[in-house]
Amino acid sequence: MTAFLVLIRRDLALSARQAADALVAVMFAVLVVVLFPFGVGPEADILSRVSAGVVWVAALLAALLSLDRLFQADHDDGSLEQLALGPLPLWALSLAKAAAHWLVTGLPLIVAAPILALMLQMPASGLSTLVLAMALGTPCFSLLGAIGAALVLGARRGGVLVAFLILPLTIPVLIFGAAATEAALTGQEAAPHLMLLGAFLLTSLALAPAAAAAGLRQALG
Amino acid sequence: MTGSLHRFANPARFQRLSQAALPWCTGGTIVAFAVGLYLSLIGSPPDYQQSETVRIMYVHVPAAWMALGAYTTMALASAIALIWRHRLADLIAQSSAPIGAGFTVIALATGMLWGQPMWGTFWVWDARLTSVLVLLFLYLGYIALINAFEDPERGARAGAILALVGWINVPIVKFSVDWWNTLHQPASISRFAKPALHPSIMTPLLVMAIAYMLLFATLLLLRVRTATIEHRLRTLAMARARG
Repeated sequence: MTAFLVLIRRDLALSARQAADALVAVMFAVLVVVLFPFGVGPEADILSRVSAGVVWVAALLAALLSLDRLFQADHDDGSLEQLALGPLPLWALSLAKAAAHWLVTGLPLIVAAPILALMLQMPASGLSTLVLAMALGTPCFSLLGAIGAALVLGARRGGVLVAFLILPLTIPVLIFGAAATEAALTGQEAAPHLMLLGAFLLTSLALAPAAAAAGLRQALG
Repeated sequence: MTGSLHRFANPARFQRLSQAALPWCTGGTIVAFAVGLYLSLIGSPPDYQQSETVRIMYVHVPAAWMALGAYTTMALASAIALIWRHRLADLIAQSSAPIGAGFTVIALATGMLWGQPMWGTFWVWDARLTSVLVLLFLYLGYIALINAFEDPERGARAGAILALVGWINVPIVKFSVDWWNTLHQPASISRFAKPALHPSIMTPLLVMAIAYMLLFATLLLLRVRTATIEHRLRTLAMARARG
């Protein structure tokens, strides 16, 4: 457990030294959202209709942006092999890496989401559900992303490839996340969608670190 | 189980066996398609509601089945490759992917052509259609991944893990019409219940299904044979380069 926390703290310290890199993800989400009023027109009713989906897609793209670096930097300078020799099993290593990735990109996105939603004219009644759904959904992006990041270690064009591999797998999160917000906005029950999102999070929490560990083993072996 | 697997994993034995099986598979494919296409395009009655467009179904449904079948083959071969490190299982998994992607494209394209006259639209964001589209992306992602490494061995192992992770989509495709009540009709053929299809439609459909299966087997054998020979050529070239 200590090794687990130390690894998270190390990754957080590394991101803190390069705070600009971490902020780029959130800034990217903001820019994607800002593009939409130009694309679909600034009419409030159109924007509020698409707001939930746009915020989710922007968050997903921003989370993917930094994924290819999740293991790559450690792989390049050899510290990944050192970590693999350490006391932490590979699945716990992947879990710690995903947790650090979520703290650096997912958490700021959750904070930014209600502001982005307000810019897209989302009624205030949907905001709390949006934040709750994001809190359940963004960890799934980091967990699934860890699988992709482990698989593309050492590949050509790893960044594009990891998006290509992971985006299809994140579609359920997008569907239920947007549906929960949509339900809250139209006065329906959001709980079933949130529960499905929670189930997806628990399943990826149980399975994704194992798959990522298998990927790491192939990359190191 | 492992004993017999090891017996077939020998590349030389595989080349011998596949050489013997290939003409039979090819011949069977041609005969089954000839019979199946005759039955489905000419020999079967038009539907009382859909009239002639029902014939698209004979091409569409078996292609969709084989799209799932090829992915499952790929995932099974990947599991065998990961567990027992069989080079041949890797080749089978890698060779299944483009064939399966082809079947998925056929299923999507014929479905769109059928959807336009029947549903009034080429595409809807229905659970079945969306999950089959995801299946296509999984195939393409797998193909991109196995080709992204300098070392083909590394690509094969990364691809095997991705194939297993992506298999989660196969039951979603299969049961999407039961779980979500959307536009695409549920399955008409079930193993447990009396089929909801009249024999005049059922027979051509089953013949076409057999034809597609034989086509898959033929293409798979051909591709694995080619890949084995390519592998051997590369090894020989490397050996010569080393002197």
